[in-house]
Amino acid sequence: MQIKESAEVYDVIIVGSGAGGGMATKQLADAGFKVAVVEAGPFFDPADPKTMTQLKNPYDSPRRGAGTDRAFGEWDMSWGDWEVEGEPYTVEEGTKFRWWRSRMLGGRTNHWGRISLRFGPKDFKGKTRDGYGEDWPIGYDDVKPYYDKVDKLIGVFGTNEGLENDPDGFFLPPPKPRLHELFYIKGAKKSGIPVIPSRMSMLTKKINDDRGVCFYCGQCSRSCSVYADFSSGSCLIFPAQKNGGQVKIYVNSMVREVTTNEEGKATGVSYINKEDRKEYKLKARVVILAASACSSARILLNSKSKQHPNGLGNSSDLVGKYLHDSTGASAAGFIPGLMNRKTSYNEDGVGGMHVYSPWWGNNSKLDFPRGYHIEVWGGMGQPNYGFGFDANAFNEFFGTKVGGYGDILRDDVKKYYGSVVGFGGRGEGIARKDNYCEIDPTTVDDYGIPVLKFNYKWSDLEVRQAKHMQDTFSELIHNMGGHQLWGGKPGKDSDYGLHAPGEIIHEVGTTRMGNDPKTSVTNKFNQLHDVDNVFIIDAGPFVSQADKNCTWTILALSWRASDYIIQQLKEQNI
Amino acid sequence: MDRRKSIQTIILGAGASALAFHGCKVDGDDKDKALTKVEETKYFGRTPEELERLEKLQAEQVFNEHEMETIGVLSTVILPPKEPHGGPIEAEVPELIEFMAKDIPEMQNTLLGGLMWMDHKSNTEFGIEFKSATLEQQKQICDEICWHDIEVPLDEQPLEIQFFALMRNLTLTGYYTSKVGIADLGYKGNQPNVWDGVPQDVLDQHGVAYDPEWIAKCVDQSKRGEQAVWDDEGNLLT
Repeated sequence: MQIKESAEVYDVIIVGSGAGGGMATKQLADAGFKVAVVEAGPFFDPADPKTMTQLKNPYDSPRRGAGTDRAFGEWDMSWGDWEVEGEPYTVEEGTKFRWWRSRMLGGRTNHWGRISLRFGPKDFKGKTRDGYGEDWPIGYDDVKPYYDKVDKLIGVFGTNEGLENDPDGFFLPPPKPRLHELFYIKGAKKSGIPVIPSRMSMLTKKINDDRGVCFYCGQCSRSCSVYADFSSGSCLIFPAQKNGGQVKIYVNSMVREVTTNEEGKATGVSYINKEDRKEYKLKARVVILAASACSSARILLNSKSKQHPNGLGNSSDLVGKYLHDSTGASAAGFIPGLMNRKTSYNEDGVGGMHVYSPWWGNNSKLDFPRGYHIEVWGGMGQPNYGFGFDANAFNEFFGTKVGGYGDILRDDVKKYYGSVVGFGGRGEGIARKDNYCEIDPTTVDDYGIPVLKFNYKWSDLEVRQAKHMQDTFSELIHNMGGHQLWGGKPGKDSDYGLHAPGEIIHEVGTTRMGNDPKTSVTNKFNQLHDVDNVFIIDAGPFVSQADKNCTWTILALSWRASDYIIQQLKEQNI
Repeated sequence: MDRRKSIQTIILGAGASALAFHGCKVDGDDKDKALTKVEETKYFGRTPEELERLEKLQAEQVFNEHEMETIGVLSTVILPPKEPHGGPIEAEVPELIEFMAKDIPEMQNTLLGGLMWMDHKSNTEFGIEFKSATLEQQKQICDEICWHDIEVPLDEQPLEIQFFALMRNLTLTGYYTSKVGIADLGYKGNQPNVWDGVPQDVLDQHGVAYDPEWIAKCVDQSKRGEQAVWDDEGNLLT
């Protein structure tokens, strides 16, 4: 079968349409360049009534929102989850990794939590801070101007608190706390844990004429039909097109490899069209990979040639290495003070928390490096499949019988509605060379492309951090006058409830940046050391995760790299 | 990718957003129009693959007529109807159980076996199938299996105990995810709204208060439609 080659030469090919790819599309198209966006999934627009799940009622579906088809529930706007049909991955025996992929325009930005935290000055200098890992080749001051621009372009609510490692920004005003969040604030105060308004990318106020303002349905995970939350398609790619940009989107197109010429420079990509299952080639002056940290590493490793026998950009042998996800542990408490609630009002709010706790600890007094932030959930949410299970289980805490039947169950359901508060600790694990993904030569996906094999183990440092999370959660539940749920506090035998690597869906680090080509894959502008017309602008170049979520930094670094690419193209350096 | 299509959707999005921020006239015409648009579709946001699987499941049948009737009767014993919000039948609980038994087939053995157990028990005790027994007789059977030792994991308990617990869960979840059940619960969300904090009477009831300093930083909802402008230090000016 002959590979079909397009005669058209783009200025830039961008592989992937999530946060990194969307931002580069916007910047490069706005600068007048001809851009091809290659996305492995179908087209998606949150405003399309055909695919929309926002404002659906549980009874619109025969399964009432159950998560049988979608791991995070039937309404979650992610096409693909821990498994994608026809696209397997493998895991080394004795290690763990779970990999979430969204196959659709906009990728995972369509359903993410919108927790939009800047990394702080300390987060770029991990090794200097405590000796673990490596420093980034850039610091907060390099990224700050881009964080500022991202805030203003996309919109994020929050407050300027003057915190050292949780920098201020250009915030929209936050929503008021909900009832359970007031309980949380009070409980945290007793333990000296700070609580501040959340920093999330929903529009609590107008930022431009193209996007709507939040109408507080609490369903950002369903992707907002009025574009009031940040999703890459609705907030970056469509505006780039609307602005007159030359943006051609190839959907259902699974990139196999970056193609190169005799000199070893990239000439474009080859991809499989999922509809006709044939291989095609696209040509460009610059290739940008934004397929997500692991998928971009996979493409590089699969791009073997005479000039790049070890895979593209892999002379350091570090592509796929230093893979790391956020640490995570969870707990929930039943809070009697939140019983017997009035349902006289709508407290959906924004999708997710209105308050959170940034890291407050002093590591010199702790047995682990780095920190974590606390996310909090609860409230009188929309009932979906699962609501009303074990309706009076909390009777246990009052010494009354659990179970039964009859009219009393109605009272039980209402008595306990909205009385649970949950906590998620999201922290920083240490990047290690021996946690990695690599090509599994024994397995291919449905398109014939060799798949990834993961090899990842937490160390004692992450386990100790999880223990600290659990101790904190138990203390918070106690402070709130509550009872711990889910079988009580997890112990050493379960690594204190530390989630398996990958489960927090913040995987980063597989093509880390640095000044030395021997110890890093890209330079400080996300450009491959080995091939100057290939850039990686997802979370692959992260040297370290922080106790923050990675999206805001992906966006800022993608913008920064795009500026560099624009300059390099104009000066004809690449 | 059809560029025109994407432009159309942008316009649609912007139009819809205008509804959202003019408004918040929650009972106004605008909202109704927006919602009708949503309700016109029968898709509830499924992908073609998901629709295909749904149709496949819907073509199958797990419970026969007798079993469906027994489920209806038992669910009504578990959660008797109550005016004005009805009960499991109005909430289509039997239909949900039929669907979920196909969607999560691991439940089938417990449900089918449990239904057989109910009839066996009723026939043995009263010489009549469960669904035709008197309410008193039905309750007598349920009383024996509706409590369980919470110290022992459910899946280590006798099948009839597991069955009843599962039926109670499915009945309650079916009811409270239905239109009538949501009305009974009083849930007010899943519609356009302007969140402006917890009402004072609710704060009072639960003994908490807003910190005035905190509230001062929060969104002034009367200015949500005014475009954000900041000074160079990040102070919001509008």
